[in-house]
This record gives sequence, structure tokens and C-alpha cells, in this order.
Amino acid sequence: MTIWREHAPVAVVAVVGIVVLIGLPQVVELFTLVDVAVYCILAILALSLSFVWGFAGILSFGQSAFFGLGGYAYALAVINLGESTLPIIAGILVPMSFAAVLGYVMIYGRVSDVYFAVITLTVSLILYHLINSTSGPDYVFGRARLGGHNGIPGIPPINVPGDLQHQLDHVETFQISLAVLLLVYVGLHATLSSRFGRVLIAIRGNELRAELLGYDSRRYKLIAFVVGAGIAGLAGVLFASWGSFIGPSVFGIAFAAQIIIWVLVGGLGTLGGAVLGTMLIQSLVSWLGRNPAAATALGFGTIDTNLVLGLVLILFVLLIPQGLLPTMRRLVLERRQPSA
Amino acid sequence: MDYAAYFFIQVVYAIASLALISVGLAVIYGMMRVINFAHGEFLMLGGYAVILPVQAGFNLWISMLIIAPLSVGLFGIVVERLIIRPLYGRVIDTVLATWGLSLLLIGLTSATLGYYQEGSKPPLGSLAIGAYRESGYTFFVIGITFAVMTALYLGLKRTRFGLLARGTMQNPAMAAGLGVNTGRIYAATFGLGAALSGLAGAVLAPISGVVPVIGATYIAKAFITVISGGATALAGTMSAAVVLGTVNQAVTFMTTPVVGEVALLVAAIILLRLLPSGITGRLFRGSV
Repeated sequence: MTIWREHAPVAVVAVVGIVVLIGLPQVVELFTLVDVAVYCILAILALSLSFVWGFAGILSFGQSAFFGLGGYAYALAVINLGESTLPIIAGILVPMSFAAVLGYVMIYGRVSDVYFAVITLTVSLILYHLINSTSGPDYVFGRARLGGHNGIPGIPPINVPGDLQHQLDHVETFQISLAVLLLVYVGLHATLSSRFGRVLIAIRGNELRAELLGYDSRRYKLIAFVVGAGIAGLAGVLFASWGSFIGPSVFGIAFAAQIIIWVLVGGLGTLGGAVLGTMLIQSLVSWLGRNPAAATALGFGTIDTNLVLGLVLILFVLLIPQGLLPTMRRLVLERRQPSA
Repeated sequence: MDYAAYFFIQVVYAIASLALISVGLAVIYGMMRVINFAHGEFLMLGGYAVILPVQAGFNLWISMLIIAPLSVGLFGIVVERLIIRPLYGRVIDTVLATWGLSLLLIGLTSATLGYYQEGSKPPLGSLAIGAYRESGYTFFVIGITFAVMTALYLGLKRTRFGLLARGTMQNPAMAAGLGVNTGRIYAATFGLGAALSGLAGAVLAPISGVVPVIGATYIAKAFITVISGGATALAGTMSAAVVLGTVNQAVTFMTTPVVGEVALLVAAIILLRLLPSGITGRLFRGSV
């Protein structure tokens, strides 16, 4: 019975996901499908932060750095190689190695959690400045130009392994993105139910107690951090392939904040919340972009995304710090058991 | 010889500007354990608080040294009341809420003042150092940083407010028991930090210009300086600024400003691996 209760939501999500994967391309326009594809990709990124922050208790506020490194690594490799299989692997391994070095220094140095947050964010900002300064023709990687603030355009999309002629079209990109999202979701859920995941949650709950029980908390945290970076890197690969473009703004402070907002709005400590938060916030942002009337109604010429995101973040921290999913769950439970 | 003097002045300037952009953040963090993610935007507001009055016909020095710190300081007191106070003791939530404030301020200034660059020419002409020329404003920035640091030191060590503030930060319950209005001390300290940020933004505005997103260019350096320095506001900021400013400027001289910034980050990370609670966590204990 308890096993069923723990895993039922995942089974439901997986079944619904597969139905959407097959059904959605039949019912909606291509334009919407392309939009939904990027929501899925960003949701993968949100899941990586949800895992690292919400379950391992690591404040990785520069998760965008790994997303960006994944995207850039894929872009540079695929432009040089043509075939996309190795570049995808590079897009996962490069951010993982980067996270391993950075995480080793900070986690084994026992840097406190707030410092961790600030340093990861700072690393992302420095990468932003670094990439931004590579606009000249001197900055090349094989056949690829780094492009500075203009980014790298014309990135070849992912192809079926071994078959260069078969590159993913829009429908397939959507399907792959959603499939990866589902796999990451189920995979993280399985990880958290495993012994490793239980130890991780125990460390988040009380690091000293976990250590006194004989677990090397630093090793567990480092592994979680590196795994999270790999997932973020994979999202970056999909993103670069989806839009045929990657630019330095993925390392910027606004994007870093956005990921935090997705996870926080959906609910920290729930995997589903991260996905829900991403979908809601991105829909809101894209709706505001498409409806200038809403901006004029509020007294502005155009709505600046920062304005809305900033307001959302402040209101959630002050009023709904637990996020939507846990709050809704609590309301439902309270209604079911009025005595409690 | 001329070159050595020129290089020396550049290093001192790098240290001074690093200390100047960090000190407001350091006061708030050191005294209150609140990391203000909207620090960059406080600097930005300081910049606008000098450039807008100058455009309206006010004197540059009055705007820079009086209007900017005063207005940003008052804004800081309002922010403390509305956003910081409900979250005391919840460190991460404070970080998130001030990050929200940061985005909100960028959004508001973009919507009202526009994205284009506001600038004014650095005053004070230039000075000759042997074969080289250096802007007089460089010396002004160095001088004002020195003045700010001295005033802050005397203020914290020798005045009644400084004593009450240090006492409150050390043991709030005890201070309250002795009749100190701790809420007011917190508000005043946050206001002081904000005012220092406003002043720094104002002083740097003639050099860098002001855009709504200018905070992002300062924030990384300021964070690194404060964290490397550790929990003591003044000694921490100064020692970290000396180490990181020297590394930054030396590498910048050899390569490019961006590589200099990367070197600054790498130096800070190595420093933190060796001294996880910052320079003042190990050295200069008991200082302010």
C-alpha cells in the first residue's frame, strides 16, 4: 500500500506524458509544439536544480552555468564534427567535469551554504563576461567561432545516431525533449527512492547526524552536484539544438534567477513542482510578450520580464514560501481530514 | 620609473574601487548576516541619483556626495521595513527576496527611464606622471574610498551608534534587555549600508555611465570581495580588496580586463579553499 502511494504519482505522470508525447502533435499547431518543446527543455533544467537544491540541500544558484556549458560544448563540437552523437556526450561531460572541480573545492572546503550560492552565481557571471569578450575573429574553436555577445548561430540540430541525413524536425524535437524530461523525472524519482537518495535526504535534514552515522556527506553532496550539472548540461544540449543557437545570456543573472523562480514557485522539495513552475512562469512570460495590451493596462509601454519575475519572487518568498504544489497538497489534505 | 609609478597608481585604484563597491554590501552582511542581492541595483540607483539631479541643474558634487547617499539610504530603510524585517533569521529567504527586489528594480528603471546609457564626463581633468597621464578623477576615487573607510572605522569604534550597533549584532537579546531598540538599529544599519552603496554608485557613475542593468557588472566583484574578506565589515573588505585588487590589476596589465576578472575569481576560490570563513575568519580577529 505504501509502495503504491509513493510511486503512483510517477506512474500517472509517465502514462500521461506518453499520451501527450504521441497525441499532442496530432492536435496542436506546429507553432505551439515548438513552444511546448522549449518548455520541456527548460523543465529538465528546473528538475536538475530541484534535485540539487531541494533534495541534496546544495544551493547551486548558478545552475545556468552548467546549462550554458552544455550548450556551448555541444555547439562547438557539432559544428566541427557534423555528427551529433559525440557532441551530445561532450555537452554532458564538460559541465560535469567543471562541476566536479568547482564542487570539490567548495564542498570539501566546507564552504557554508550561503557562500556556495553566491560563488556558483558569481562563476556563472564570470563565464558571461568571459564569453562576451570573445567576439573577435581570433576566438575560434576548430571551425567554430565563439561569437562573443552575438552567440553561435546555425548550430546543426541533433541527428539520428549514425544517420547524418536524418536530423530531428520540430515534431521529433518536441518528442525527444518530452521523452528526456520524462526519463529524467522518473530517473530522479528512482534515485531518490534508492539508498543513495535516502542518504542524500538524510544529509539535507541533518548533516552532522548523517556524518555521525558514518556517511561521508561531502562525497554524497559532490556526486549529487555533479549529476545535477550533467542533467543541466543535457538540457543545454537540447536547447542549443532546438533553436540552432546558443548565446552568452544563458550565463546571465536574469536567467539564473529564472531557474530559481521556477523551482520556488512550483515548490522546493518536489520534482513535479519544478516542472509545474517552469510551465506556469514560462507561459506567463510568453503571454505577456504576446499581449502588449496587458502591459498598457498596467501603465507601462512594454512589460519588462524582470519586473514580473521580481514581483513573483518577492511575493512567493514572503507569502507562499513553500510553493504551489506543496501548498495545494496541504489544502487538499486539510479538506479531506477536517479534524487534523 | 614612470611606468612603475603609473602601475602602482593603477593597482591602488583597483583596490580602492573594489573596496568602494563592496563596502555597502560588507556593512550589511558583516553586521546583519544579510546578503543583499539587490546590492548592484543600489549602486545603480546611486548612479541615477547623481545623473538625474545633474541633468536637472544641480551641482555635481552636491548630487554625488549628498543627494545620492541620502536618497539610496532612505530607500534602504524602506526596503528593510518591507522585505528584510519579516525574514530575519531566514538567510536563504532573504537572499531570494532581495534577488526579487533586484529584478524588480531593473524592471522598474527599464520601464521608466529606458535602456539607453546615461553618462557624464569625468570631471577634474588629468595629471601628468612622468611620461604618462592619469585622470584626476582616479585620485578622487582613491581619496574618497580612504575617507569613507576612515569615517566608517571611527563611526563604528568611537560613536554611541557604533557601540550600540556592534552590541546588537553580537547579542541582540542582551542588547534589547539593556534597553536598546534593536529594530531601529537594524533599520539604521541597513540604511547605512544602502547609503554607502548609493555613494559608491554615484562616485563611479561619471566613469562607467548608468544603465538599468549596470548592477550586474559590479555584483560579481563585490560578492567575491565580501566573501573572501569574511564576516568583519571593514578589515575584511580592505584585506580582500588589497589581495584581489592587486591580482586583478596585475593580470589585467599582462593580458585583458576580462582575464583579470577571471584571475580575481580563481584567486578568491583558492583563498576560500584555504580559509573557508574568509581572511578575517583566521586573521585580524576582533577588528571591525
